[in-house]
Amino acid sequence: MSDSASVRATPVEKERPVKERPGPLDYMRRWPIQAWLIAVTVFLYAPLISLMVFSFNDSKRNVVWQGFTLNYYAKALTNSSLIEAFTNSIVIALFSTVISVIVGAMAAIALWRFRFAGRTAFDAGMAIPIVVPEICMGVGMLVFFAKIFPWPQGLPWPLNLGAIIIAHVSFSFPFVAVVVRARLASFNRELEEAAKDLGASEWRTLMDVLVPHIQPSLIAGALLAFTLSLDDFVITFFTSGPDTVTFPVKIYSMVRFSVTPEVNAASTILIVVTVLLTFLALKFQGTSALTAGHGPEKK
Amino acid sequence: MEQSWRQAKGLFAALMSAPLIWLVFFFFVPLGIVWLYSFGENRGLIDIAFTGTWSNYAKALEPLYLGIFVKSLWVAALTTFLCVVIGFPVALAITFSPDKWKPWLLLLVMLPFWTNLLIRTYALIAVLRSEGYVNQTYRFLWENASGLMTLIGLQPLGTFQPLELLYNNFAVVLGLVYVHLPFMILPLYSTLDRLDRSLLEASLDLGAGHIRTMFSIVIPLAGAGIASGVLITFIPALGAYLTPDLLGGTDSQMIANVIESQFKRANNWPFGAALCFILVYLTFIGIAIQGLLDSSAKKRGMA
Repeated sequence: MSDSASVRATPVEKERPVKERPGPLDYMRRWPIQAWLIAVTVFLYAPLISLMVFSFNDSKRNVVWQGFTLNYYAKALTNSSLIEAFTNSIVIALFSTVISVIVGAMAAIALWRFRFAGRTAFDAGMAIPIVVPEICMGVGMLVFFAKIFPWPQGLPWPLNLGAIIIAHVSFSFPFVAVVVRARLASFNRELEEAAKDLGASEWRTLMDVLVPHIQPSLIAGALLAFTLSLDDFVITFFTSGPDTVTFPVKIYSMVRFSVTPEVNAASTILIVVTVLLTFLALKFQGTSALTAGHGPEKK
Repeated sequence: MEQSWRQAKGLFAALMSAPLIWLVFFFFVPLGIVWLYSFGENRGLIDIAFTGTWSNYAKALEPLYLGIFVKSLWVAALTTFLCVVIGFPVALAITFSPDKWKPWLLLLVMLPFWTNLLIRTYALIAVLRSEGYVNQTYRFLWENASGLMTLIGLQPLGTFQPLELLYNNFAVVLGLVYVHLPFMILPLYSTLDRLDRSLLEASLDLGAGHIRTMFSIVIPLAGAGIASGVLITFIPALGAYLTPDLLGGTDSQMIANVIESQFKRANNWPFGAALCFILVYLTFIGIAIQGLLDSSAKKRGMA
């Protein structure tokens, strides 16, 4: 990393005296690239920003700006079914995150630490939930909970959310395992041997030496699992029943019906939550959290 | 070194138990049942008999469904292509930007990606619908132009017709590009960032232009990264459910929508299961092709 950084720095330094001419590889200082970047940013952000701005618009038709209001927030926050859906989503995401982090970290450590027959198969098996199309997994969960493992009806909240939580863990924990394994690669195995030489048991070595080392990846994995769960629509759509509606499923039924400022308000709240979570991830993990599970680590 | 599992049986069993059980019971069993159903037949309303028939797969090859498969492949390919074309310059800009900007530029790309898919799709609906922001702007321009025409003594433009931007294939492709662009930019960035810059400088020094350097140096070297970006974009685009469902019209159904309707409305689970597994097989074929390309690229790198 450090030597590529120095290569990168050289052309800039060379060019410093002649301010006008960009270095040969300073693509950021060429106007076509700048224009392109701005256009893509507008493409990515304009719809979201207009959605957020128009949640404050005092007009039912939501087309022309009529003036500032917080009415639709009041409406969204007093809409009991929306609140219920939101609470369901948060609770599902919390449970799914805790289970995914534990199960994902266990899988990552087992794969990193041990040689065993069927290791390649297990490794490949863990990758399948990541690549299988969502719709197929959703259908699988629908069939599974309808025929093989019917989740009892009428359980008290939050136990009635169990089926959705199980489905969410199934697609989240392999992602956590990917993130944790990337971190394990930088662990010095001699530390473990040292701990054992000094008399620590296998279990204590694991908890006192290995787990502290992978802690940042556990937090990054947790945030990833939380977002994946909060974001999921398709798989939840096939698993949820009439009394276990999640936020995306609720928004979906509202959107099918019509475009209303109330949906904008509810969406804005979720966007703000997501942005806060992202910054939290940045704080804990540095910038590598940005690409956790999607970028360079993913093999 | 890795330990053999025999050296710490207890720990190994403790670590492996939960992931293995979860993976098998809550992932492979559900998919396995769907796979079995794809060889089954409907008996009555809720009973499905496993008869080992191939008729569901045969039905999937009927022109109607084959057409939807071809269309889905085509839409996913077009989406992927547009993502490469749009995303490549962005990845390039991020790669060669000053170090202190990089995290912020990456954040700029990733922030929409972390936002809920449904909300992003909904935001697009608000932009594209006939009273949406695009059409509002268009109408404003149209009416002003029309007024201007009357002012200078020409025929006015006639009544305003909103552009039909929503509920068609255009909206589906636009929505898929909108949703998947960050998927493409990240792998592109991570390959471009690892490129040996001196090769680019050499090419420029030896007189090749920037465009030529791109096509004969950067793109061949970044081949593996482009291929992985293509795969990461193509697979979810092929199986997309929400985007064609919300943005598409009656003729823009993709495979996922047909699968959903077989399981929910048409109640023909065996046929839906067969469609589902064709989609899974297509995904695996994509991954296998990418794996082959990747290993041949590595071999070339070695030689």
